[in-house]
Amino acid sequence: MALTTAEVARLAALARIELSADELARLAPQLDVILDAVAQVTEVAGDDVPPMSHALPLTNVFRADEVRPSLPVEQVLAGAPSVEDERFRVPRILGEEQ
Amino acid sequence: MSELLRAGAASLAERIAAGEVSSREVTQAHLDRIAAVDGEVHAFLHVDGERALAAADAVDARRAAGEELGPLAGVPIAVKDIFCMTGAPTTAGSRILEGWHPPYNATVTQRVLDAGLVVLGKTNLDEFAMGSSTENSGYGPTRNPWDHDRIPGGSGGGSSAALAAFEAPLALGTDTGGSIRQPASVTGTVGVKPTYGGTSRYGVIAMASSLDQPGPCGRTVLDTALLHQVIAGWDPMDSTSVNAPVPDVVAAARRADVAGMRIGVVKELGGEGYAPGVELRFREALDALAGLGAEIVEVSCPNFRYALGAYYLIMPSEVSSNLARFDAMRYGLRVGDDGTAGAEEVMARTRGAGFGDEVKRRIIIGTYALSSGYYDAYYGSAQKARTLIARDFDAAFESVDVLVSPSTPTTAFRIGERTDDPLAMYAADLCTIPSNMAGNAAGSFPCGLAPEDSLPVGFQVMAPVLADDRVYRVGAALEGALQSQWGGLLTDQLWSRENGGAL
Repeated sequence: MALTTAEVARLAALARIELSADELARLAPQLDVILDAVAQVTEVAGDDVPPMSHALPLTNVFRADEVRPSLPVEQVLAGAPSVEDERFRVPRILGEEQ
Repeated sequence: MSELLRAGAASLAERIAAGEVSSREVTQAHLDRIAAVDGEVHAFLHVDGERALAAADAVDARRAAGEELGPLAGVPIAVKDIFCMTGAPTTAGSRILEGWHPPYNATVTQRVLDAGLVVLGKTNLDEFAMGSSTENSGYGPTRNPWDHDRIPGGSGGGSSAALAAFEAPLALGTDTGGSIRQPASVTGTVGVKPTYGGTSRYGVIAMASSLDQPGPCGRTVLDTALLHQVIAGWDPMDSTSVNAPVPDVVAAARRADVAGMRIGVVKELGGEGYAPGVELRFREALDALAGLGAEIVEVSCPNFRYALGAYYLIMPSEVSSNLARFDAMRYGLRVGDDGTAGAEEVMARTRGAGFGDEVKRRIIIGTYALSSGYYDAYYGSAQKARTLIARDFDAAFESVDVLVSPSTPTTAFRIGERTDDPLAMYAADLCTIPSNMAGNAAGSFPCGLAPEDSLPVGFQVMAPVLADDRVYRVGAALEGALQSQWGGLLTDQLWSRENGGAL
């Protein structure tokens, strides 16, 4: 179940985290050790044990469907890295070929 | 002034309400203390003296107008920098949020403000609350007031250090795997993780949503209970908030009675890996509780040994999902937006630059555990192990009222000692994680100094879901017994050590 450097690079790309070569060399062995240490739990419980996703017996919670004021535009945009025409300005989201 | 620093929150509030001292005087004393010691301790990421004094003046004015004040009105508090609060930056200890000002208050923040508590500032933490030492903060480590070469615990090391350094009488924390209790343990202070759903997570920057829980921190059990009472209770803004009465934690702290209580010692949380001084003080605390009429029995929770492993699959899985929101688009850092790079590339550059090592480790582990083909083997199995841990608690609570253990296996370790060894760092949460997994209530209480290094040891009390009051009953009884032995609180010994024996 070893986690190779190539696999860590792929996972980082999936998670949208750019890693330098140095970081990759440092983090990959650590991640392998961590995963190895936690892997014991994969053999603990049999098929008869139900998974527990949450500490509480969750039920869906509804609120009344009422119109309420939103945050003012200036406040919503106040923390944005880039703003244009009262909107978030983002980098292009499509590739050249798309 | 020093007397105002050493007094607890309960006594300060009484004296402010009685007009014996003003909230401004109390607040100024703490601001002066922060100015004097925080350069070295670095408990705070942000201090706003002007705002604090204005809030103090408002309380003093309300009192002068004859208004009846709440039980903590006018008392200063330090807020972990993971609670959103308007008018101040919230960073969660991460460079990716540097300079961000939240547009709203967390429910817990709002309740603290509404209760007339005076916010001194925001305290340091491991980045996004991921760590056990505060060394993972993007803004530098906090030092343990007992020994500046040691860690103050984590993730809430800023809050625990602020209490132990007498910079604040109360603080807020959050606890996902021990981030309130382990810092309390290594600084000789008190910290309680309420029952999951007992306090609102609205406006608290999320790490692992099925485990995160805000809670109160103080130097005394009663102070902590008073803060618990202020922040707890149902919140319609948090869908996992429990709509049930808040257990009467203040009455429990005042009652401080364990006569006839059955206290179960978790057999699996001791032995190899536990420091001798930790085990010694833990045993002495058990003797003290037995002396007060509690019945001490040994209980086995065999599945607790899987808690750490299950936690380090479930928590990173939730982390990888929760931290996807830091995408460089709507708030926070944006790196490499050079006009040609696409959104995905800018995201990756930003997250690469803005997140620290531990955050990256956890996101990558979580991404792996949730990926197709591995989901059942990792995340699915961990969730089953979580069921077994919860069942161990259920079985134990059929025969005992509370479970107890050391809060963490060792005293405060040295800064830098575990930074290159993630597994050694994770082991600090060995005793605290089970309660997060089951969602029950647990707290850490000072039980002495380990003879080998003269550093604080914590005693953990775990109680069933919504029986938070039992945590305080045991904690207060222990505090009472030990105070009469010591002639004061454990933190008073730190004060007198620093001030040439003068109490």
